[in-house]
Amino acid sequence: MTGEPLLSVADLRVVFPTRAGIVRAVNDVSLAVSPGETLGIVGESGSGKSVTAQAVLGLLPLPGRVVGGEILWRGKPFQAHGAGVRGKEIACIFQDPMQSLNPLMTIGAQLVETLRHHARLGRRAARDRAAELLAEVALSAPARRLDQYPHELSGGILQRVMLAMALACEPRLIIADEPTTALDVTIQAEILALLSRLQRERGLAILLITHDLGIVAGLCHRVAVMYAGRIVETGEVDALFARPAHPYTQGLLRATPTLEAQSERLVSIPGAPPALLVPPAGCPFRTRCPIAARPCETLPDPARTETGMVVCWRAGEAAWADIPR
Amino acid sequence: MAAFLLRRLIQGGLVVLGVTFTVFVVTRIFGNPVDLMLPLSASPEQRAAFASELGLDRPLPVQFVQFAGELLRFDFGESTWQRRPAMEVVLERLPNSLLLIGAGLGLAIVLSLPAGILAAQRPGGILDRIVTGLSLVGLSMPQFWVGLLLIVLFAVTIPLLPTSGMGSPAHLVLPAVTLALVPFARLTLLVRSQMMEELNKPYIRTALARGLPHRRVLVGHALRNALIPFLTLAGWELVLALAGYTVVVETVFAWPGMGLVAIQALQRGDLFLVQAIVYVVAVLIVLVNILLDLVFKLVDPRIGLG
Repeated sequence: MTGEPLLSVADLRVVFPTRAGIVRAVNDVSLAVSPGETLGIVGESGSGKSVTAQAVLGLLPLPGRVVGGEILWRGKPFQAHGAGVRGKEIACIFQDPMQSLNPLMTIGAQLVETLRHHARLGRRAARDRAAELLAEVALSAPARRLDQYPHELSGGILQRVMLAMALACEPRLIIADEPTTALDVTIQAEILALLSRLQRERGLAILLITHDLGIVAGLCHRVAVMYAGRIVETGEVDALFARPAHPYTQGLLRATPTLEAQSERLVSIPGAPPALLVPPAGCPFRTRCPIAARPCETLPDPARTETGMVVCWRAGEAAWADIPR
Repeated sequence: MAAFLLRRLIQGGLVVLGVTFTVFVVTRIFGNPVDLMLPLSASPEQRAAFASELGLDRPLPVQFVQFAGELLRFDFGESTWQRRPAMEVVLERLPNSLLLIGAGLGLAIVLSLPAGILAAQRPGGILDRIVTGLSLVGLSMPQFWVGLLLIVLFAVTIPLLPTSGMGSPAHLVLPAVTLALVPFARLTLLVRSQMMEELNKPYIRTALARGLPHRRVLVGHALRNALIPFLTLAGWELVLALAGYTVVVETVFAWPGMGLVAIQALQRGDLFLVQAIVYVVAVLIVLVNILLDLVFKLVDPRIGLG
C-alpha cells in the first residue's frame, strides 16, 4: 500500500494499574492503516489486540492508561484535529451486537440520534437517511426496522444495524473488534462479505481484530500477529501465511484445521500465554517456544522480512518440525 | 391498555376488600371494641347499650353484611373519639400527609439522581467516597434524632425555621428534610450501583464510540436503563410513607398527618376511624402500584402489560 497512512500507531504502551501491580497490556505496538486497506490483528484472548483498538478510540476502560507512544490520524495527533474524529471519521463495530445497542431505544431512534449529532440533519431527513443506511447494509423492509427494538431482532440483523450506524458518520476507518465472533457461521460469512463490499464501494480502511485466521485470510491485506501485548510478526497476508517466520505464527497456523488435512488430529500450542502482571524478560514467547535458546532471554530487535517484520532471534526456522502432532 | 387497567382495578378492588375484611375480623375477634372504647368504670348496662347502639351485639356474619353494606355506601361510621364521621377526619388529615410525603420524597428523588450519577463516574474516587459515606451516615441515623438535631440547629440555635406545626412553607422545611434523609440515602446508593453497572455495558461503549457527547450517553442511555430499579425503590418508599412510616416525623414536628391520627385512633380504640384510615391507605397503595406499572411500560418497551 502506498500513500500516507490514515492511522499510524507508534510504540504504543498501555498499562492497567491494579492493586496487584501494573498490568502491561500493550507494549511498543506500532501499526499503520492506509485508505482502502484492511489490516488484521490476530492473537489469543488477552494478547492486547482489543486494548490497542480501545486506545486508538480513546475508550480505554478504567483504570487503563496510555503511557507511551503516539497515535496519529492523517499525520497529526488527535488533539490537533479537535473533537469529532473518534466516532465520526473512525467508527467501530463490536463483538456482541445483541449487547451493543441500547435495549430501550428503537433501532431508528439510535440511528437518528447518531445522524443528527454528526450531520446536523432535521428529524425527518435523519429518519429518511437512517432508512437508506439500513437498505445499504442489505436489510429488508428498512422503514419497518426503524421502529423495532433490539430485542426483536437477531444477532446477524443487529450487526448489520451496527454497520449502518458506523456508516452513519461517513467514516474513513472502521475498527471491527471481533465483529463475527458472536454470530452463526453462515451469518459470519454474510457480514464479512458486506464489510468487504462496503470497503470496495467507499474506499474504507478497516482495522479488523480477530482470533480467526480464516477471516484474516479471506478479508485482510496485511496482518499483525500479537502475543502477550506485543506484535511479534507483520506482513502481507499471502506471504505471511505461506512463510510464517515467527515460531508463534507457525504454531497458530499449524493449529488451524484445513480441508486438505481432514484425517489429522487438531493440534494446539502447549502452555498458556504469560501473565502480563509479571511478563518474562526477553522474548515473551520463549516459555512456550520449542526452539527457544540462550539469546531469547533478551528481546530481539524487529527484523525485516519479505513484506513486513518479525521479532525473533531464530526467525524463519521451522520451529515445530520435530514436534509430533 | 384499557383491559389492563380494568383488570388491575378489579384486582386492586379485591385487595382493598381483603384488607378491610382483615381489619374487621381482627378488631372484632381479637379484641372487644366496647372495652376499648368505653372507660374502665363503665357499668355492664352501659356496655350493653353501647354495643347494641353500634350493632356489636349481633352475630358476626350479620355484622359483616351490615359492614359491607355501609362500605358500599361509603359510610365508615362515626369516630367515637372525635364524634364525627370517620372519613371526614381522614380526608381532613390526608392532604397534610400527602404534602409532607410529596415534599420529602420529592426532595429525596431530585437529589439522589445527581448524587448517584456523580458517584458512579469514578468508582472509588473522592466523590464516590463522599457520597457513599454520607449515604451510609444518613441511613444509620434514627429519624427522631435527626429531627431533634435539626430543630436544635435550625430552629433554636439559629432561629431560622419554626420548630413544629403546620402553616407557612417554612414549616414544611425541617419535616420534609428529615423525612427525605433515609429514602435519599437508599435511592442514592441504588442509583450509584445501577449506573456503575450500566456504564460497564457494551451499549454504552458503542454510544461513546458513535461520538455522542458524554452527558447525553450518561443521561439519555445509562440513566434511562437504570430507571426501572430506581422507580421500583422510589415506589416502595412512597408506599412505605403512605403506610404510616411518617409517624415519627409527624410526632417530632407535631405535623397533623395521617400517621399521627392513626396512632391516636389505635390508642383510643377508635374502631371506625382505624377502619377508615386502613381503607384509604389501601386504596392509595393500590393506585400507586397501578401507576408504577404504567410508568414501567413507558420506560421499558420490553415490559408487557400482562
